[in-house]
Amino acid sequence: MKPNFQNSANNPPETTAGSTGIFTDMRVIVPLQGVVQGGGSGVVLGSIIPCALFYFLQLYLKSKNRTGDDPSAPPPPQLPEISPPGGELQRAQSVRSIWSPRGANGQAQVSSRGSSVIKHPDSPYHLGLKRASENPYDESRNPDGIIQLGLDENKLSMDLVQDWLMVHTKCSTICQELQINGITAYHPFDGLSELKMAVSGFMSQVMEGRVFFDPSHMILTSGVTPAIEMLVFCLADVGNAFLVPSPYSPDLDRDIKWRTGVEIIPVPCRSSDNFSLSTTSLNRAYNKAKKRGLKVQGVIISNPSNPVGNLLSQETLYNLLDFATEKNLHIIATEILAGAGDDKNQEFVSMAEIIDSEEYDRKRVHIIYGLSKDVSLPGFRVGVIYSSNQNILQASKKLARFSSISSVSQRLLISMFNDSRFVGEFIRTNRERVERMSSLFVGGLKNLGIKSMKSSRGSYCWADMSGFIRPYSEKGELELWEKFLNVAKMNVTPGSCCHCIEPGWFRFCFTGLTENQIPLVMERIQKVL
Amino acid sequence: MAFFFQLVSLSSTSPSIYIPFKYTNIITHSSFPPTQTSSSSFNLFQPSLNLFIKFQNLQEIMLSAKVTCNSHGQDSSYFLGWEEYEKNPYDEVKNPDGIIQMGLAENQLSFDLLESWLESNPQPAAFKKHNDQSIFKELALFQDYHGLPAFKNALVKFMSEIRGNTVSFDPNNLVLTAGATSANETLMFCLADPGDAFLIPTPYYPGFDRDLKWRTGAEIVPIHCSSLNGFRITKSALEEAYKQAEKQNLKVKGVLVTNPSNPLGTSLSLHELDLLVNFITSKNIHLISDEIYSGTVFSSPSFISIMEVLKTRNLMNTEIAKRVHIVYSLSKDLGLPGFRIGAIYSNDELVVSAATKMSSFGLISSQTQYLLSEILSDKKFTQTYLSENRRRLKERHDMLVKGLQKSGGIRCLESNAGLFCWVDMRHLLSSKTFEGEMELWKKIVYEVGLNISPGSSCHCSEPGWFRVCFANMAEETLVLAMQRVTSFVDSMVVKKNNQSRHQQLLLNNRNSRRTKSLPKWVFELSFNQREVAADER
Repeated sequence: MKPNFQNSANNPPETTAGSTGIFTDMRVIVPLQGVVQGGGSGVVLGSIIPCALFYFLQLYLKSKNRTGDDPSAPPPPQLPEISPPGGELQRAQSVRSIWSPRGANGQAQVSSRGSSVIKHPDSPYHLGLKRASENPYDESRNPDGIIQLGLDENKLSMDLVQDWLMVHTKCSTICQELQINGITAYHPFDGLSELKMAVSGFMSQVMEGRVFFDPSHMILTSGVTPAIEMLVFCLADVGNAFLVPSPYSPDLDRDIKWRTGVEIIPVPCRSSDNFSLSTTSLNRAYNKAKKRGLKVQGVIISNPSNPVGNLLSQETLYNLLDFATEKNLHIIATEILAGAGDDKNQEFVSMAEIIDSEEYDRKRVHIIYGLSKDVSLPGFRVGVIYSSNQNILQASKKLARFSSISSVSQRLLISMFNDSRFVGEFIRTNRERVERMSSLFVGGLKNLGIKSMKSSRGSYCWADMSGFIRPYSEKGELELWEKFLNVAKMNVTPGSCCHCIEPGWFRFCFTGLTENQIPLVMERIQKVL
Repeated sequence: MAFFFQLVSLSSTSPSIYIPFKYTNIITHSSFPPTQTSSSSFNLFQPSLNLFIKFQNLQEIMLSAKVTCNSHGQDSSYFLGWEEYEKNPYDEVKNPDGIIQMGLAENQLSFDLLESWLESNPQPAAFKKHNDQSIFKELALFQDYHGLPAFKNALVKFMSEIRGNTVSFDPNNLVLTAGATSANETLMFCLADPGDAFLIPTPYYPGFDRDLKWRTGAEIVPIHCSSLNGFRITKSALEEAYKQAEKQNLKVKGVLVTNPSNPLGTSLSLHELDLLVNFITSKNIHLISDEIYSGTVFSSPSFISIMEVLKTRNLMNTEIAKRVHIVYSLSKDLGLPGFRIGAIYSNDELVVSAATKMSSFGLISSQTQYLLSEILSDKKFTQTYLSENRRRLKERHDMLVKGLQKSGGIRCLESNAGLFCWVDMRHLLSSKTFEGEMELWKKIVYEVGLNISPGSSCHCSEPGWFRVCFANMAEETLVLAMQRVTSFVDSMVVKKNNQSRHQQLLLNNRNSRRTKSLPKWVFELSFNQREVAADER
């Protein structure tokens, strides 16, 4: 500190320029002391004041960058020569640059929306996915690679689909099926009606015939991601909020916040309640949002819950509907995993079932469905919006032009779904396999002394590893996650990425594994305990 | 407005109808494009809305402003014509008096080429490799939003082939999207914030109003081009548009051009491209070059991509090149709109990275990517396809131009690309206004039975121009359409001749008297002004 101070008295500008980021606080203190000491020296003063101003400007820009809350705020009207906040990317658009023929600098100006997407740091969830895809485990070719347990995909029944495709595309039937005029031309952006029929049949089959899905209430999109985003675009304006029970899917933050400008208010659920959703916590989150001045537009639930894997009971759904009616909210229910596995103790209840039978306003309930998990067809990218609200349907229909499904995939799926014998067989076999894997995996963890959620179902396992983290905090959790990645060579999803309020929970997606890989996985887990 | 009233009236009859309360907000926003005040509300709760909510019946569920807002342009005449067509579509056998669809820019002329390719190469469509091994598993699990490398490689090569291999494209700078629609929107998301503006030369594709503005909150400021110079972009028009945007308090983020132009069917000249590059350099803004029709250029002058200009001017590794972004799609060039394949090509890695992340909102199925990578890698096929397709387009284009010329001398803007002609029907207007254009357009849809797009839907600044598509129908249908036009024009000429005989007398009288008594002539002219104007060509 002392040499710095002396320097500043003698030669202030050099010091400020030379001071590194480590002593950021010094930058302002030191020159100001210089002012006091320097007395009447005009040179010192003249060079110090701009330095201090520059520092404040930097501080201002930095804080703007860090919060990122208000990237598009206008420049203060009384100071038009100061560039608008939002970081260096925006500086080029200051009023001055409009008048100067060469522009302020040659930098490309990405929108603040775009730059926030770029700057958005990858969470451990995304980092892990990336690491695992760069160095994937392969039994023979890359035995030291990273085992992927972070990606929620179902590889267990791929062979069934592949076999079907091999049989049904053997001769040139495919050419008749994909009659060129039928696939190349423009088609309705919200999906072919035949596919809607087929998907509605499939969904009913998954629900074991308890619900009938009206194909005319359906919008098909290229994947679940655009389906959710589209609904959010339809239901909320910039700055509105949705309540989401946490822990929630690590993808959700990107999917619904990035482009829509909508906020997520987590509704924390606790392990002591088996992570079930209570009206009290909903009310608390709602009031919290109101206090922040956010207008809550709806609740987004996932049933079965991702990442916990438990089912929402009929009672919970009723309570939720009561809550939504009372507060006048929409409900988005993602039921992507409805088809995977079935708990013997508890039956899956779809939101569609409840609004079908009860006196609730069905116009406030919107269901998201996808083919990526149930049919193990992620490459086909088919998402479904199911709603009884005509306004939503019409709006989504118009928005569907931005994420329409390729007609090749649509035609193929139509013929696959129309083979009802195959579909029935597929649903049954797939459930069996998922259940078998689930019990193997959960059993394996149990042997290691790791408890996982009792009602775990779906393609992942929500495991409590709080006993293995030190300190008992998010930091400890992430340290364990890093050990998983670097020592055990496996990618798992830490609970903090799912906004779980209790540290030490991890999500393991096991449907990407084969049965004989489980011992290896357990062996590797043991390494980090 | 109408929509609002309709909803209000409905709400009195049915208790469970939602009033989009934010519509009040929309009205002010759409008439005065949102400026910085609206962008500052990005995360702020708008107090005016808060007030409004208090008056809201809590039984109603609110929808977002975007749902209720009108900027999607679905109500423009472009779409009305489509609805009319859907009610009564022409069919050679079943409905020979129906409306012929000439408003759809779809290329159906070269289906047979693709068809025969698929027949001789059945494996890719069935997701098999050439050794009959299934590639399904690989494809189905391919979740990566970076796109199938084989397809991206094939696509960039195809793009250079179209540009005569004068420029090459780096597959790493390519982002795949579900159609050009999605590509354009994604670029808008990346480059513009709500309330920022893009300048677009008129006439422009009617869908832009919806694609670029609806969800992004960006604004379009027209660059007015005139028929006097064949709708070419000029420096003064660019500057004028820029000034206009400033007047409206909009921050201009860039220029978007379609090259070749939709609806004009002309490709941009070197001079225009130079102008654009100079303009974006001096204003420090972006340039989006939508080149989805680049493969349809069927006659000279040949197509010049903005990339070629950057290359010849040695700007490739400069900041300026980073501000140039290309939108591409296979919907028009390969005639595959059903496949939903679009792409963004950008020299700016920031844009590429943001767009790649955003592309998860509209991905192409990996099966489709695989199939197309196989089609596009067949160099022999792409070569024959491109040249044969161009030949057929030219043939069709000439047919339309000649047919219209025969129909009372209707002229088209001289064009060298696209699936449509920009047709001059100014002489058929009853009045030189957009009302007159709408009147003529309605006659063409209802009486003549052709769905064409009026210039006003393309924001053309002069009434009387229409976009007529020629590649989405059989040759016989085009012949029939021409016959319909001919008889319509003939009937109009007869009517006009009867009308004008009287006027001719008056005019002659007037001319003879002109020098003698000016006041009387003035009187007469003002008296007859309306009819004279109607007769003007």
